[in-house]
Amino acid sequence: MLEIKNLHARVEDKDILKGINLSVKAGEVHAIMGPNGSGKSTLSSVIAGKEEYEVTEGEVFLNNENLEDLSPEDRAHKGIFMSFQYPVEIPGVSVTNFIKTAINETRKANGKEELSAKDMLHKIRETAALLEIDRKFLSRSLNEGFSGGEKKRNEIFQMAMLEPKLAILDETDSGLDIDALKIVANGVNKLKSKDNAVIIITHYQRLLDYIVPDFVHVLHNGKIVKSGGKELAHELEDKGYDWLK
Amino acid sequence: MNLKEKLITSFLAFESNLGTNTETDFHDIRSKAFQHFEQNGFPTRKDEEWKYTSLKSLLNHDYSLFPKTETAIEFKDVKKYFLNEIESYRIVFIDGVYSSFLSDTTHGNYDICLLSAALKKPKYKMVIDHYFNTIASKKESITSLNTAFSNEGAYIQIPKNTIVPKPIQIMYFSTGSEAQIMLQPRNLIIVGENSHVQIVERHQSINNNVVLSNSVSEIFAKKRAIIDYYKIQNDQITSSLIDNTYVQQQQQSIVSVNTFSFGGNLTRNNLEFYQEGEHITSNLNGITIIGDKQLVDNHTLVNHKFPNCESHELYKGIYADSSTGVFNGKVIVEKEAQKTNAFQQNNNILIDDNASVNAKPQLEIFADDVKCSHGCTIGQLDDNALFYMQSRGIPKKEANALLLYAFANDTLEKIKIPELKTRITKLIAAKLGVDLGFEI
Repeated sequence: MLEIKNLHARVEDKDILKGINLSVKAGEVHAIMGPNGSGKSTLSSVIAGKEEYEVTEGEVFLNNENLEDLSPEDRAHKGIFMSFQYPVEIPGVSVTNFIKTAINETRKANGKEELSAKDMLHKIRETAALLEIDRKFLSRSLNEGFSGGEKKRNEIFQMAMLEPKLAILDETDSGLDIDALKIVANGVNKLKSKDNAVIIITHYQRLLDYIVPDFVHVLHNGKIVKSGGKELAHELEDKGYDWLK
Repeated sequence: MNLKEKLITSFLAFESNLGTNTETDFHDIRSKAFQHFEQNGFPTRKDEEWKYTSLKSLLNHDYSLFPKTETAIEFKDVKKYFLNEIESYRIVFIDGVYSSFLSDTTHGNYDICLLSAALKKPKYKMVIDHYFNTIASKKESITSLNTAFSNEGAYIQIPKNTIVPKPIQIMYFSTGSEAQIMLQPRNLIIVGENSHVQIVERHQSINNNVVLSNSVSEIFAKKRAIIDYYKIQNDQITSSLIDNTYVQQQQQSIVSVNTFSFGGNLTRNNLEFYQEGEHITSNLNGITIIGDKQLVDNHTLVNHKFPNCESHELYKGIYADSSTGVFNGKVIVEKEAQKTNAFQQNNNILIDDNASVNAKPQLEIFADDVKCSHGCTIGQLDDNALFYMQSRGIPKKEANALLLYAFANDTLEKIKIPELKTRITKLIAAKLGVDLGFEI
């Protein structure tokens, strides 16, 4: 599904990614771990198409299509979703209205009819129930005054609504207490299927206790320095990152 | 002959046309104001208060000053400018002349009518003597000009303990039957003790003739009165407006003036609040969204004279193309005005490189036990927020608009008439050039 080949990227003249190779197939869960400053968030931003990041070498393919020159919204329309570490507050636009706009724009771009109000409402209620989200929450302004946990849960809610092919969860576990973490993980697990893939970007192993990865990669200084199975996450938890440098 | 000369030579004819007794007090008021204008003329950029706003280009037109007859307009042609979804009182003027056909006034429990009639009737003389031209500026020559030529406008007098059940719409239309027209509307609004009124004011040209409106409103809020005032400024690009609004409040009254500036060529708002008692609240809100070469200038003054009062001021602006914004927010807290809470916020977004904003908060505080704050920002849209929305599949243009809408949103929260809020939201969406995709 996702093919990253020799990816180099920089921001403001600073090289951050220095040759990433990664292959993610449908149905797989990959975890990318690494110390602060290793390039984890840059990698997710580059996949999602953030303009400030300049790809200097290499390519990213989604289902054999080169993503180069595609805007972030085009990538979203093709099925990429990135959950933000710091979701943005948008006063005056409710969670419901925001997700409606996002879904209908995506459908439009894919040549589909807008979802009827009835179907939309049904889907919103179903998804909210899945993630144990209170209905009142949905009429609040997007992320405005939300707690850290509420913001993250809202990200997963949007993910569930948009049904992406590839979901990238960027530090989704940070700022979550254990109950919220379980709910979020439970949501992700329920959405997992043989047709979609998940990349979890995290500093810690604890989210991986609940969303079990098929592969774990360690990112250091802009390169993947080690890959392995889920046991690698435990090894990192015990030994830290220093032994890999 | 330039405009000033034309106005000067027209003054005598104007007064004699009114057919009023020149012995009256109004004659004295008009003459004094006229002399003040004659001495000072139109303000220029040399005046500190007009440093960023030049009227020069507006003064080169050969304006018609006194259209004599009413030009008929069909209601269907102007329906869209009214808040017609709900019941309302309407005071409507066409080219400065009262239109009884389009108006819906009353002399029932309260007076919602026109100033020219009130000025002539002995019944109102006491009231008018007591209020007329008492708070309008005697220093601003443009206000004096209006006073000199004042005759027509809205007259609203609400007695005590009265809740006016529907909003009052004051509408000034211009039709283009005169190629270029200068209007001098004058409103007098007195709201009695414990009374509550909602007013919507709009100046609207129905085609692209050149219009210069120099409007003055005097608003009086008695003890515990509540006034919600909305100014919709979405006129044609060929129209300019100088709006001078003076508000005097008695104890425990709450007056809110909300100004929505989207249209017009040049718009200057002079908005002044004078607090004359304790526990008064004054709210000043404004949202400006302009482009092209438009200019909107908000000059505000809040004068805190007594203890335990509040003022809340929030002005937001979005400027595209080569448009210009001016904000000058003066707050005076006099020595007696202890325990004043005065807040002022002015936030601006510049969309294009050629747009500019001149912002000047001006706080003069003479009391020592007060809470006063002011903040001013001039910035651009947050790239992270834009990326966030795009990454959810919302195209850049819509994402931009949604963010700008979100930026403007907290000023919309202050609108107490739901239908008006919907209207303004739609105006904003249209102004930002997008379909928000949902009803707010």
